[in-house]
Amino acid sequence: MKDTGVKLFLRAAIARAYPRIWGAHRELSWIFFEIIVPLINTSAFVFLYRALGAPEQYIGFVVLGGAMATYWLNVLWMMASQLYWDKQEGFLELFILSPVSLMAILLGMGVGGLYMSTIRAGAIAIIGTLLFNVQFNGDQWGFALLVFFVTMFALYGLGMMLSSVFLMWGREAWQVSLALTEPVFFLSGMNFPLSKLFTTVPGVVSLFSALIPVSLGLDALRQLLFPGQLQGVFSPAVELGIEAVLGIIFSVAAYLLLKRMEHLAKVEARLSLRWQ
Amino acid sequence: MSVEVREQMTSTDNPMGRPVVAANNPLIAERDSHDTRPLAIKTINVSRVYKIRGQKNKNGETTKTLTALGGVDLEVYQGELFGLLGPNGAGKTTLIKILTTLLAPSGGLCYVDGLDVVKQADEARRRINMVSGGETSGYGILTVRENLWMFSQFYGVSNKDAQERITKMLKIVELEDKANARVSGLSTGQRQRMNFCRGFITDPRVVFLDEPTLGLDVNAARIVRNFTRDWMSEDPSRTVLLTTHYMAEADELCDRIAIIDHGAVLACDTPANLKRLLQKQPVFEINAGGLNDRSLDAMAHSPGVVRMTSEAAEGGSAYNLKFILEDEAAIGGVVSTLAAHNGNIISLQKNEPTLEDVFIKLVGRSLSQNEE
Repeated sequence: MKDTGVKLFLRAAIARAYPRIWGAHRELSWIFFEIIVPLINTSAFVFLYRALGAPEQYIGFVVLGGAMATYWLNVLWMMASQLYWDKQEGFLELFILSPVSLMAILLGMGVGGLYMSTIRAGAIAIIGTLLFNVQFNGDQWGFALLVFFVTMFALYGLGMMLSSVFLMWGREAWQVSLALTEPVFFLSGMNFPLSKLFTTVPGVVSLFSALIPVSLGLDALRQLLFPGQLQGVFSPAVELGIEAVLGIIFSVAAYLLLKRMEHLAKVEARLSLRWQ
Repeated sequence: MSVEVREQMTSTDNPMGRPVVAANNPLIAERDSHDTRPLAIKTINVSRVYKIRGQKNKNGETTKTLTALGGVDLEVYQGELFGLLGPNGAGKTTLIKILTTLLAPSGGLCYVDGLDVVKQADEARRRINMVSGGETSGYGILTVRENLWMFSQFYGVSNKDAQERITKMLKIVELEDKANARVSGLSTGQRQRMNFCRGFITDPRVVFLDEPTLGLDVNAARIVRNFTRDWMSEDPSRTVLLTTHYMAEADELCDRIAIIDHGAVLACDTPANLKRLLQKQPVFEINAGGLNDRSLDAMAHSPGVVRMTSEAAEGGSAYNLKFILEDEAAIGGVVSTLAAHNGNIISLQKNEPTLEDVFIKLVGRSLSQNEE
């Protein structure tokens, strides 16, 4: 007896998350590449701010930004490009051959990536906090957790959407990931308060910034975990609402794009022929 | 080792080198009107045209296309092990991809287990699986057991059933000692055997095997063939569609075979009946030295020669020549031509016709010869 419907969907999502959750722990090089290296980057900003005599709360902003950057890098390099690599490796064909929706595969990839990134982000946050003596003094941890999860919903929704986009313009996926990395670090205010960006750059740049889920999510988290120390772009409640709307839009777009991609794959043989 | 085919133009060829298939091709065995066996696969006039990207005119219309399938009609019975033989680019893989819902046909209808693979793709996918030779073999960071479990979950197989089937199948393919080994550490043969398990672990009703023994050593290929046979014998409703480059494999395994070239089915029947096509046309094999292009061409055009293939023998100047003749008397003319061109015969023998000979006769070249 084989499962169908929702049970099949969940079973497939769990199975696809498995390589990320268990498999990733088998290659311990991630400790260096995904904790030590980002921590060095975060440390550089800490030393820079201290050298410039910036307010001490900036150290906390940077450590939190460093932790959130882990999620963005995971979405960009592991999530958005994954279907493209799966296609190149021949796995995508096996996914489509199976009766399960590709959304289940993407959800599994997202959940696995979220788990993996949380361990890394947690490690960066804890080490950074201890190293640089960051003082979190928020009393709204429940609200902060809600903001975090909604931000992740929006961020991984974006990842699912990008996954389909990258698949359609596959050969350029690697370059696109590379091209997006640093601009998003800038636009999302990973290493500085987002309000500084919004008050400095033209409105259209601010709009792009707001469309990146980590931007407003991180801004809201900073407001909640360092109360009174930061002028946010919007209030945390408004930023939470924007994140929720973004999450829904990205998820629906991911679903529609996947359908489109699957259609193109069958009609134009983009899936079957690796040179297409 | 290169193989060449020299032939005389026959009535079944056209000047473009593409075999013409008559609407009522006598080489395609018709289904008996009293035959009530259910069909596992049926294709009706299936075609597939690829647009070549980057070849567009000023209006943005694609100017270059490639016809991979040109109207294929096939019927595969439930419980049948059906072989699809054809050279590279014949359309075999395209047909399999259409039947497995991975590719849309440009025209025609396809049914697998009674389901339209275009309109009922999701339902059809529950009932089928596919194994391709040389395919990527799961995530290297996972173990063999974990990879097989993961793919079984995409079909909704319960954990208990999946683990039981994995244990059973790994034992059958002699891979049980590698169950907990990472895939990245497996040899090519071991990976292919794991792939094989992946294709069957979901208990499909119809399995598509696309060159499943490609690159396998003799022992691994034997295991795969034995497994396929045993799997089918367990349940008479199970069906396999197999493509292979190995004629002996097709001959040994398949109940019926379709020979396909340039996207068209040239013949379809049991291996025995296909070989009977050459009963009246004897097959001779000559090993000879001192030959050149001119002498080979002259022999190919000797009176009574239907087809000739030439294969340079390894490490020497000798050639292995294979002739399909109109009758035995024609061999005299071939030998005379060879002698007249200063060739020397090392050996000469008459062979029983094989599927390879049938293939050469129908397609005009041997299976090991790539299209030019």
